[in-house]
Amino acid sequence: MQALNTVLAYAEEAAHHLETDPGGFVGVMVDWAWLIPVVPLVLMFAIVFFGKRLPLKGWELAEGSMAFVAIYGVALLIANWIEPFTVEHHVEIARIGVLPGLGDLVIEWGWVVDGLSIMMYTVVGVVGFFVFTYAKGYMEGDVRFTFFFASFTLFAGGMLVLVSSANMMQLIVGWELVGVASYLLIGHWWEDHANNAAAIKAFITNKIADVGLFVGVIIAGITVGSFRFTDVLDAVEAGDSALARVGFWVGLAMFVGAMGKSAQMPFHVWLPDAMAGPTPVSSLMHAATMVTAGVYLLGRMFPFYQAEGFGDDVKLWIILIGGFTLFFTGLLALVQDDIKKVLAYSTLSQLGYMTAAMGAGAYTAGLFHLFTHAFFKGLLFLAAGSVIHGVHSNNMSDMGGLRKSMPTTYWTFLIGSLALAGVFPLAGFWSKDEILASVKADAFGLGSAADLVLVLAILGAFVTAFYMARTVYLTFFGEYKGEGHPHESPRVMTYPLIGLAVLSAVAGWVLIPGVSEGFTHWLEARLHNPLDGPLHFESIDWAVAGIGTLMALLGIAAGTRLWYRDAPTQLERDRFRIPVLYPLLEHKYYFDDVYMNGIVKPTAGPIARATNWSNNVIIDGVVNFFGATARFLSRYVYGWADQRGIDLAINAAAAAAGETGSVVRRVQTGKVQQYAGALFVGAILLVIGFLIFG
Amino acid sequence: MSWFETGWGLSLTVFLPLVGAFVVMAIPKARERLVKSTALAFALASFGTSVAVTVLFDFGGAEKFQMGTDLTWIPAIGSRFHVGIDGISLPLLVLSTLITVLSIVYSWNHWPEPHNPKAFLVLILLLATGMAGTFVALDLILFFIFFELVLLPMYFMIGIWGDRTMIRPPGFKREVETRLYAAIKFFLFTLFGSAFMLLGFLALYFKADPHTFDMIALAEAGRAGVFAGAFGGWVFAALFLGFAVKVPMWPLHTWLPDAHTAAPTVGSVLLAAILLKLGSYGFIRISLPILPEQAQDWAPVIAILAVVAIIYGSLACLAQTDMKRLIAFSSVGHMGFVMLGIATLTDIGINAAVIGMVAHGVITGLLFFLAGSMQHRYHTREIARLGGNQKLLPILGGILAFTVMASLGLPGLAGFWGEFMALLGSFNPLEGLSLGLFRTAMVIGAIGTVLTAGYLLWMLQRVNLGEPPDEWTGKDLHDADGFELAAWSPLVLAILAIGVFPRIVFGATDDAVVNLVKSAFGG
Repeated sequence: MQALNTVLAYAEEAAHHLETDPGGFVGVMVDWAWLIPVVPLVLMFAIVFFGKRLPLKGWELAEGSMAFVAIYGVALLIANWIEPFTVEHHVEIARIGVLPGLGDLVIEWGWVVDGLSIMMYTVVGVVGFFVFTYAKGYMEGDVRFTFFFASFTLFAGGMLVLVSSANMMQLIVGWELVGVASYLLIGHWWEDHANNAAAIKAFITNKIADVGLFVGVIIAGITVGSFRFTDVLDAVEAGDSALARVGFWVGLAMFVGAMGKSAQMPFHVWLPDAMAGPTPVSSLMHAATMVTAGVYLLGRMFPFYQAEGFGDDVKLWIILIGGFTLFFTGLLALVQDDIKKVLAYSTLSQLGYMTAAMGAGAYTAGLFHLFTHAFFKGLLFLAAGSVIHGVHSNNMSDMGGLRKSMPTTYWTFLIGSLALAGVFPLAGFWSKDEILASVKADAFGLGSAADLVLVLAILGAFVTAFYMARTVYLTFFGEYKGEGHPHESPRVMTYPLIGLAVLSAVAGWVLIPGVSEGFTHWLEARLHNPLDGPLHFESIDWAVAGIGTLMALLGIAAGTRLWYRDAPTQLERDRFRIPVLYPLLEHKYYFDDVYMNGIVKPTAGPIARATNWSNNVIIDGVVNFFGATARFLSRYVYGWADQRGIDLAINAAAAAAGETGSVVRRVQTGKVQQYAGALFVGAILLVIGFLIFG
Repeated sequence: MSWFETGWGLSLTVFLPLVGAFVVMAIPKARERLVKSTALAFALASFGTSVAVTVLFDFGGAEKFQMGTDLTWIPAIGSRFHVGIDGISLPLLVLSTLITVLSIVYSWNHWPEPHNPKAFLVLILLLATGMAGTFVALDLILFFIFFELVLLPMYFMIGIWGDRTMIRPPGFKREVETRLYAAIKFFLFTLFGSAFMLLGFLALYFKADPHTFDMIALAEAGRAGVFAGAFGGWVFAALFLGFAVKVPMWPLHTWLPDAHTAAPTVGSVLLAAILLKLGSYGFIRISLPILPEQAQDWAPVIAILAVVAIIYGSLACLAQTDMKRLIAFSSVGHMGFVMLGIATLTDIGINAAVIGMVAHGVITGLLFFLAGSMQHRYHTREIARLGGNQKLLPILGGILAFTVMASLGLPGLAGFWGEFMALLGSFNPLEGLSLGLFRTAMVIGAIGTVLTAGYLLWMLQRVNLGEPPDEWTGKDLHDADGFELAAWSPLVLAILAIGVFPRIVFGATDDAVVNLVKSAFGG
């Protein structure tokens, strides 16, 4: 019973933790933190198999999994706040199997309980809890209600696998689970092919970026001899010369992977189209899961990017791509009619801020913005969904004047917008200021690149406030321009709005330099101590904060000037069409056109057809030519076979279909046997030739 | 050692189906039920013995050939009945007996025209013996006989039960039936390859001193440098032709789309799941150990052809309008990853190749089952005419979506490991191989995964999603029946199990692969 023994030995091995943990209650919590990703994944299967039979059709399981994650995350957060975890404590690794032939490279299942992952657990759990509550109302009566919550739970569960991973292989697993769940969710209403196209676009764009992630992980893993983040970062710290040689490429390749999930230019095109999914999906996708994965990865690998020698070169790429993304995608939000697309472009822009912050080496600032953004962007999407639910249209040209009929939605949307615009004292103000201050301080000497990005970021603050003012006025002010009578959404939808609105207001107060520095302490417990010693964050820079706020106020003022006044149609309210810029924005800088006409269509069209043609005509032509030649020769070699060539074999087989015996008989005298004979005679002759001359 | 472990177990696995074939032949054609039950019983018995072999297998010594026997067979040419199994062949043996059982279960109520279950089942059982025998043979002549044994049943399966649409292939003056063109092309292509293979075997026999067909003895001779130099190069080339046609490697692959498309459902399943593996298995079992030096010379060529196959196959898939042909072409790309793994000549790469073979067997096998069942219901394979399958046949559609996800290499499902580890292996191939070439291959292969995802999702969209076209409304389309589900569930479970727990395969292969690489390449 060798097989059984092997399995038993494996089980023993799996139970053995490679790194020990603290005792006490905190120790138990850390020990059991593997439940955070596992519970949603297990419940996902439960929903698929039993969901339909439950009273709430599976929703209760989905919501339960999010409540579990939220409570567990917050409990860890508090424990960590009271007494920060030490570096030794927070990696738990269970070896689940050995990747063959890789020596020390093993497949492991680990879970990280450090400041960064605790913050992510909390965000996913809390925002997820609100979004799932809301989704119950939003998806009521949907044809695939149960399946929706199964995919939604998979989506959150995949993200939790991703942020809990202690090694890069597990990260890839979570990364792809998120990808496939997003495919299912974006294409949830697959009866309409437009949604399917959006789903495929999201999946493929991410898959292209994944080439970078795969290549980066492979190179790093093989060079260091381990996929564990701790080992790779240790090697960086130790100045491993083999790693230093490939460091730039590893860093850049992994950043390409991050660019896909976090939708940085030029991989940003999938995110606006992903709006095809139900609104709760957009909300979770833009707030807590998926798009934050890239920024999270940069955070996890942060010390890697601080390494001497290659780190700066990669950081230069990161800050520049972040800077361009934050500014140029922000402009696109100005010309959208679909309220969800405004928010989508706004997400792109905010992700640009986070990426630029990571590039500037501002670990705390970048992640702080991820944290606050999760609440107000989640809120904005849910509120937009509430509007869509009331108006039955995504387009702002069908809206207007909704502040009277949808008061809760209006007020919460307004709070979210102000938080996003960075108005004191809401969440966005603190995190955006932190980013501006960090880029200005430019602690890592990126020089003129940092200056350029600072200018873009300050201009971006104006643009953000400008487009949010437009959205608020077009949606909630003026006369109603749609059909029917809009009404406020049911409580199951408005309560989550209120909950998130409160968080959008106060979430920023956990990091007010000099006053409360809780957020910094949360992040202090790190998987790996960074090379730069203490955590890097800037004390408040009054000049920058003043300019940033001024920009936001200017944006709001300009927005009010342009869009407060009502007009018979929304189109007439958009009166700022700058000649060259406006068409450029309307066509989204032609990215989609270039990708579609330059890459996708030629590949799927002429290139694919040419390949198929070469197969059917050229290669097969050669094959058939040989066949014909052989038949021609056989007429002379086997003259007697002339009458029994291919035609006869074909006719015989056709006539005899069903009568196996007769086919056998005819083919035995037919062509196949002759070829076989000829080939074997040839083979023997060649061997003899070999033996004589060889 | 029980009688079972001294060669009987393996012999039963291999020859029970053959006995079954004779028994079935003896049963009158009219007694259809008895015919079916008898065939299933023998296939199950063969599967059962292969499971017993697995249970008794010593995984601690997976690098050794176990449960074998070595008997005098044809003394005149020194060919012996030498069989045995190690960690590399074990997963493939179990796969082949399992797929045989599932094929018979699936066929129970799905007989392709012109019916005749008796003849069909005899052919399946003959195939089963050939497939299982190839994986256990340790004598080149024995290997060759089993390798060729699969050829005839498959030829008749395609030629008689195949697709009867008329086509006009390039260079033909008149139209022929697809099944006849495909069957003859399949047969001649493979025979062309195996003629060279036999030539290579004979050359090895005569060069070895003393003359032998024994794989183990020849591998030792190979290590001692008996086949060094130009002689070995020619022999490798001959074996290469034989195996490469079977894999199939670009540009010797053109029989594959025709044969798969024309074959009846079960034929396509057996072709994709097992027959293709005979080629890649031949590389691992015969070419690499016996001709290690030449393998290193040829590795770059194999790698280049593998990468070409990955990209070429994927692009060709994008142009297909026939669902079955698309799935068939996808095999070209997937087997490209297997061959890329082998070309690295490292333990990672060859492990990747074996798990890739197993994964491709279950995944693509299942895809062909599904495509066959869809054709059975819609009476067309034309992608443009299909659509909304998820709505019309929810269970079948759901399994199709799942299998497509597995086929595009989603982590957590079986397809991921072979692909990812082949890329992993290419980063650091065997010492002495060109780093630049293999690393380029790694990047191109990774790009191939994007194209793979592209054509599979595109197919899924057009076939499974959207509103069903008008022509299917009101048609009586029944969803998957019990026999279909019975045939598919084991494959679905295998896809999940191997994906989550690749050690199911690696546990067997690893030691054997490490030993192979170490003894052949010293690495």
